[in-house]
Amino acid sequence: MSKNLRFKSSKQVDETYRISFKFNNKTYYGYKGDTLASALLANDIHLVGRSFKYHRPRGIMTAGSEEPNAIIQLHDNTSRTEPNVRATEIEIYEGLVASSQNCWPSVNFDIGGINNILSPILPAGFYYKTFMWPKSFWEKYEYFIRKSAGLGKSPKEADPDIYEHKYIHCDVLIIGAGISGIMAAKISAKNGLKTLLVDEKSFLGGSTIYDNSEFSKINNQITSSWLEKEINEISKLENLEIKTRTSVAAFHGYNFLLARENLTDHLPIDQRENKIRHRLLKIRAKKVISATGAIERPLIFDNNDRPGILLSSAIKKYIDLYGVACGENNILFTNNDTAYETALSMVQRGIKVNAIIDNREDIDSKLSYEAEKNNIRIFKGYTVVDTYGYKRINGLSIMELSKDGQKVIGKKIRLSCDSLGVSGGWTPAVHLFTQSGGKLKFREDDQVFIPNKYPSDQLSIGSCNGDFSLEEITTNTVSSVKKFLNVNNTDYKTFEIITGINKSKRNIWLLPSDKILGKTKSFVDFQNDATAKDIKLALREGFRSIEHVKRYTTTGMGTDQGKLGNMHALGIISETAGTKMGEHGTTTFRPPYTPLTFGTIVGRNVGEFFDIIRRTPIHDWHVENNAKFENVGQWKRAWYYPKANENMHQAVQRESKAARDCAGILDASTLGKIDIQGTDASEFLNRVYTNAWSKLAIGKCRYGLMLNEDGMVYDDGVTTRLDENHYIMTTTTGGAANVLGKLEDYLQTEWPELDVYLSSVTDHYATISVCGPHSKKIISKVIPDLDFSDEKFPHMSFKNTKIGQVKCRVMRISFTGEQSYEINIQSNYGKSVWEKCMEEGKDFNITPYGTETMHLLRAEKGFIIVGQDTDATMTPIDLQMDWIVSKKKYDFIGKRSLYRSDTIKDDRKQLVGLLTENPEEVLEEGAQIVADIKKSPIEMLGHVTSSYYSPNLNKSIALGVVKGGKKMIGQKLIIPMENKNINVTVADPVFLDKEGERLNAKL
Amino acid sequence: MFLINCPFCGEREQSEFKAGGEAHIKRPKQPTELSDDEWAEFLFMRKNIKGVQFERWNHAHGCRKWFNIVRDTSNDQIKAVYKMGEKPPVK
Repeated sequence: MSKNLRFKSSKQVDETYRISFKFNNKTYYGYKGDTLASALLANDIHLVGRSFKYHRPRGIMTAGSEEPNAIIQLHDNTSRTEPNVRATEIEIYEGLVASSQNCWPSVNFDIGGINNILSPILPAGFYYKTFMWPKSFWEKYEYFIRKSAGLGKSPKEADPDIYEHKYIHCDVLIIGAGISGIMAAKISAKNGLKTLLVDEKSFLGGSTIYDNSEFSKINNQITSSWLEKEINEISKLENLEIKTRTSVAAFHGYNFLLARENLTDHLPIDQRENKIRHRLLKIRAKKVISATGAIERPLIFDNNDRPGILLSSAIKKYIDLYGVACGENNILFTNNDTAYETALSMVQRGIKVNAIIDNREDIDSKLSYEAEKNNIRIFKGYTVVDTYGYKRINGLSIMELSKDGQKVIGKKIRLSCDSLGVSGGWTPAVHLFTQSGGKLKFREDDQVFIPNKYPSDQLSIGSCNGDFSLEEITTNTVSSVKKFLNVNNTDYKTFEIITGINKSKRNIWLLPSDKILGKTKSFVDFQNDATAKDIKLALREGFRSIEHVKRYTTTGMGTDQGKLGNMHALGIISETAGTKMGEHGTTTFRPPYTPLTFGTIVGRNVGEFFDIIRRTPIHDWHVENNAKFENVGQWKRAWYYPKANENMHQAVQRESKAARDCAGILDASTLGKIDIQGTDASEFLNRVYTNAWSKLAIGKCRYGLMLNEDGMVYDDGVTTRLDENHYIMTTTTGGAANVLGKLEDYLQTEWPELDVYLSSVTDHYATISVCGPHSKKIISKVIPDLDFSDEKFPHMSFKNTKIGQVKCRVMRISFTGEQSYEINIQSNYGKSVWEKCMEEGKDFNITPYGTETMHLLRAEKGFIIVGQDTDATMTPIDLQMDWIVSKKKYDFIGKRSLYRSDTIKDDRKQLVGLLTENPEEVLEEGAQIVADIKKSPIEMLGHVTSSYYSPNLNKSIALGVVKGGKKMIGQKLIIPMENKNINVTVADPVFLDKEGERLNAKL
Repeated sequence: MFLINCPFCGEREQSEFKAGGEAHIKRPKQPTELSDDEWAEFLFMRKNIKGVQFERWNHAHGCRKWFNIVRDTSNDQIKAVYKMGEKPPVK
């Protein structure tokens, strides 16, 4: 039967509201207001997990977000299960289920504990050093190392909860609602500023709200009562918004901050239905005040990690806020006065304090006298040298410190205890400040880093600014906030402060021991099991930079980001290296301050909201007709239309054959369309395309190739001259937005003198392409009034016409090599015109085809697809498209690059056709092309870019890029595959109808 | 994420804009007259300064206009924003 260590109700905990929860499959009880940690401690449970590397038993160590040990797996439901949750931050609710991590089979008996015994052979860098040879064995070791590593388990199903994002704009954001944050909020809001106050806890007031000691008073009131009144007052202020359970995760430049508002994690599971779980707040604040407080430092001595060893301030919080004692026989170990507050809190509640071990020889404060008065033994100038007890501390031994603090002297004294509170002084929580780009300075007096240079309009106040005493906090907060906000009036006049704390402190980063360092386990980073020994080893091995030592020893790299131990690591480094603190800088604090769930980060942008989906006006017809779709950028394009039992290959073969033998119809609405107007439109096209445009007659179409300034092919498409100063350009589907952007760039920045206007009309028109030997017959039935004779309407020309009453443009252009007409009509008529084409084409076996057939048909003709056959390293010359590059034009984008020394080389990769020895063998796209497989290493000549089985040629065809390929026509090459080598012959890339006769359907 | 004061639309969030590299690199009027080295200088060479840098930006998800900014790359402070063709208002 476990003991009950709950001794007294408190303001935070509602004893009339009992809550049951499960931890490691056992049911326990706590009260509303408890955290999982306080509820476990009330049940006398300290052991909650195993450490990462040595699998040492670990207990709850803190009472806040800095917790390194008590990280648990929350929920056993597989979709909601969450790893690495800090027990100190979870508010318990009915039905909570949690379990320990990093232990098997259980936290009480963990097989990995063998690592603790093996620890002498597991120093820093052990894995790096040991498993690196023979080199090829790493893969085999890795499996086992990974299996035994790792903290929690990630969920295997989609997150069922709802998350959202919200923007907030305010005049002043105050982070942290401790005493200084509350005071700042009052000053700000009362001066008419729109103020937002956030705190990660469920309550306001920080640690001051449970500062109930007679030794701590403001204006003759107990400090906590004084603050309570302040909180009551500010909660009525109109222009102050207060958000609790809201943790600031990131502080970016320009006072842009991200915070996570936790809305349901504290509710019973059945009350969470359909509620938003977390809200990611995107805050833009004109001014930011950080009042993030300070984190107590542990002390670094041998075996300082046993369950039952907590920060002294955490013990005080469990007593004063939650009414929970951490043990029945307590010892405190300190180098400053704050541990005496904890001791007196215990005395006040009748909890036994066995002794206080104090590093300092001279102690002179009201608190220490009060402790002595209460018969607490104080060992002055002593240090703890060892602790005992495996799963829970049961005792410790102490020795006297030498004058210089470097050695221990005298006799060892052994004391018994079931809980040890440690206090190594305080570290300002400057994480958010440094994230924002702030620079720190080191204060020698009490060995702390404090804010020095602010990168934006912000201020740090209270203990995160190094103001630790009540006098400093109250006085400095008022004066600095007034100045920062540029206001004169506050309700605060003078403060009469009573405090028992004396500031003296004896800072020793690594406490001496009677053992040699190699025999000690003095943990600096509790979560990652990095010890003082590891850090010294890293320095001996030559590491100097703090960033390198961090990575080698993994100090500060856990989920707690070294909130407790980083300062000691820095201290030990500078002591060992004989440098000054601050000289090495600090490691970089990166967002998030506390981990965020992926759900919070993505918010509503999941599933269908993840990205925009663009559908053509004819989309519904494709769906109705069983099309399979392909994603092209954001577009959904019909890929192929399988009939009954057809697979993709069969469908594509059928569609391809029909398009050449009868008629095919393609939805080409996704092609980018840019409307170009202006008196300089022709000149503009001359400059952006490689070929000449000035002489293109009105009503004619021309294919154009666009390069980057480096001479590489960027995009292609057909442009039509609609009128003297009016063109319509088509681009590739994927390149549309970028082409428009690029053209605008040149127009606005290089050639602002040109009179040209561009607008995207991609979505305005549906484009229906009908091709094949019967295309003319079909299209003339759809548009009976138009003269489709080759004389009146030749290839590469266009007509303005009407279908019924609706104006449309018909272009006779071809991407298949067949006679082909393209109808461009206002989008909303797209589907009905498509249906009309299908109706009129019925007798001619008109066959809808998708992108796959389109690709096959164009490959038969050797037409390139930009982005498939090119990859930003291909010039038009490499593509054997010299014919499209104007020799006469003085300049166009990319021209000069076409004769740079590199682009004129003969052995560049060039586009060629490839024919397999076995005509049935279809190559894999991306396969490597080589000439000699005996050479080692085999020289790679190029790769296959497009490959299909052509039903019209009854053989396999492919396009590829090959070094010096142009001159290799007829030559044999090899495609080495996993199981075989495929023989191919280099061929002309045009496989079908080289003369272009099919364009006029003269078969 | 910084704020950029678009000379046409006013202050907007960085996510609406697209960076366009170093500013004031003029495309040569007569590229064909240039040697390979001179052309390479225009084509490839960029400064990428730690400190005050002149940059091109495009209000891609707004007015689509290009303009220049003067930004300290070490702290993202924007010293000036000015239209294309204008002289930088600061050194």
